[in-house]
Amino acid sequence: MTVDRVLRIEGLCAKAGDTHILSGIDLEIRPGEVHAVMGPNGSGKSTLSHVLMGRPGYEVTAGSATLDGTDLLTLAPWERAQAGLFLALQHPTEVPGVSLESMLVEAARAGNRDTTGVRESLVAEAERIGFDEKFLDRPVNVDLSGGEKKRNEALQLSVIRPLYAVLDEIDSGLDVDALAAVARRVQDATDETGLGVLVITHFSRLLEVLEPDRVHVLSNGRIHTSGGPELAERLEAEGYVGILGESAAAPEVAVSLGLGEDPFADPLA
Amino acid sequence: MPNAFNPSVSAALPGYQWLSDLRIEAAEGLDGVAPPSADEEVWRYSRIRDLDLEQLGPLVSQVESTGPSAIWPQPGTTAATLFLRNGWLEDATISAEAEALGVTVGRLSDNENGSRYLGSVEGAPADLFGHMNRAFGPEPLAVVVPDGVRLDAPIVILVHTDADSAAVFPRLFVSCGADSDATVVEQHTSADVRSMVAPVLEAAVGNDARLRHGLVQDLGKEVWQLCHQTFQVGQNATLDSFVAGMGGCYSRTRTDCRLMGRGGHASLTAAYHGEGEQTHDFRTFQEHVAPDTTSELLFKGALDGASNSVYSGLIRVHPEAVRTRAYQTNRNIKLSPDAWAQSVPNLEIETDDVMCSHASTVSPVDQDQLFYLESRGVPTTIAERLLVEGFFGEVIDRAPTAAVGEALRSVLVERLDRRLRNAVAGEAA
Repeated sequence: MTVDRVLRIEGLCAKAGDTHILSGIDLEIRPGEVHAVMGPNGSGKSTLSHVLMGRPGYEVTAGSATLDGTDLLTLAPWERAQAGLFLALQHPTEVPGVSLESMLVEAARAGNRDTTGVRESLVAEAERIGFDEKFLDRPVNVDLSGGEKKRNEALQLSVIRPLYAVLDEIDSGLDVDALAAVARRVQDATDETGLGVLVITHFSRLLEVLEPDRVHVLSNGRIHTSGGPELAERLEAEGYVGILGESAAAPEVAVSLGLGEDPFADPLA
Repeated sequence: MPNAFNPSVSAALPGYQWLSDLRIEAAEGLDGVAPPSADEEVWRYSRIRDLDLEQLGPLVSQVESTGPSAIWPQPGTTAATLFLRNGWLEDATISAEAEALGVTVGRLSDNENGSRYLGSVEGAPADLFGHMNRAFGPEPLAVVVPDGVRLDAPIVILVHTDADSAAVFPRLFVSCGADSDATVVEQHTSADVRSMVAPVLEAAVGNDARLRHGLVQDLGKEVWQLCHQTFQVGQNATLDSFVAGMGGCYSRTRTDCRLMGRGGHASLTAAYHGEGEQTHDFRTFQEHVAPDTTSELLFKGALDGASNSVYSGLIRVHPEAVRTRAYQTNRNIKLSPDAWAQSVPNLEIETDDVMCSHASTVSPVDQDQLFYLESRGVPTTIAERLLVEGFFGEVIDRAPTAAVGEALRSVLVERLDRRLRNAVAGEAA
């Protein structure tokens, strides 16, 4: 029996607390493809990435997400990672006292993969991405700059070699060099290992270096419009208002949440 | 006071007349000493009322060894090694180098200044157990490092208890002469007995001297430990105190750190791990008596099962102690919903121009950190274990010797492995 190789998201609905954030997301990402999900603040971009990885605090109310036929939503986060999903976080967490190597060794051990090559692989990939080797012996993400943290995410991605990666606003707070290095590494992985990528971004800047096959514009927890790379260019020129119209670009539903300064912010982000 | 604890026991113990007189006086005074009560701040949250002294008695003489004793350090790695079993000195060795430098280790009563030393740092005993230690301590020890002597290798003291239903009273006096530098590590272990150990430590750190002191407690799970340590830190002297609380049923360490000379510095560190129904109880007093003194306390613990911990600490700055810098941090990780930790930091400042701070936290494993590790494919229980090991990293780095750090790390790993196995067994069930 051949497995249909695809990260398939169908009718995915999710809420955080009493707030409905995703209202029916449909996406299909195949190996080697890069899909960009763009959208204004509060459209549900980060929620989508967190729900896929199973971050506590969200509740899936309808729909499904399968990875090469495996139902992701019934798995614990670490099992989703072992199934081949990777999430690069917008704000990579600092983990004092835990080294990058020990984390990746434990991840490899849990997946019955070779643990002896982890160090070697880290050193080789660090050089490729331009991640200073001296950071390898520091606790995970501790005292790293924003750019270094994102390089670290890309480094882990290339060592873990997942089947599909969700990159959550990996371009935020990144200088041009780091952006190019990270994007190039992800792009290479799509060619070399057939990595399927779901890249979530607010800006089209990232898509100049990481070329998407498909672009989806998210609004109010739904895919509003999908298209080819030209959609990102249109967004760049016209803004979200141009694509979504005034109301969708600034959804009124969020206003009633009373979340303070940024009513559109993901409450768990 | 139960009948077993009477002056005739004190009178029967060995030693010179002055020591015997001191014991008998202490024993006769016991009925006048108020028993500890959880109503007092220093015993608050403790379960001291569960201690049944009726089931215990002091030893009049050494008892036969009941099994394997403490783990000896590698030969040649120490400046001196003392083995105290049930409060009696069984063995003492000193390296040729340390002996040539005039270092002495052994029975306090054999020391020419013994009578002057005993109680000179502690002052009056802090509580009932301090009084009992004076009354029934069979062989107080003394470690004396002369002025200007610097020891690279540690002095290791093995404090082992294998007598059952016994009240055991080890006692140690440490004197670090001016401008000396020494490391003293106490390792407290026991057989699987139901006894109480109430050790007393007095340590004087002379002017410009440095003492690294470690207490590694890995007692059997039925043993009660009631430990009192008093440190006196001289002018421009440095104390690094380290306590590892692992075993025991109820394990209490009271630490009085008195900064007596200008420019003295103390760093106080503890790591503790509780499982089952263990209690770890820490009381600290950072007493700033002299000006320009600094103290820095970092106590970190993880509580699993239905275990619990109490941390209660006081920074006290005396009126003369201007320009004091004193910090106090206690962090606790709750690994189980049934575990609990009390953390009560206090400040008492009687002068201006000081910088003091305290912080305490009691929380589960950080959920964001846990998710991050899980999102890389690390299973939940292993991720928790990595986080707990990481949590202890900065305190283990402060262990007095690398060997102590390693030993502690392996005890922790053993405990966390046990947790992991239980988790796996729980899932399988």
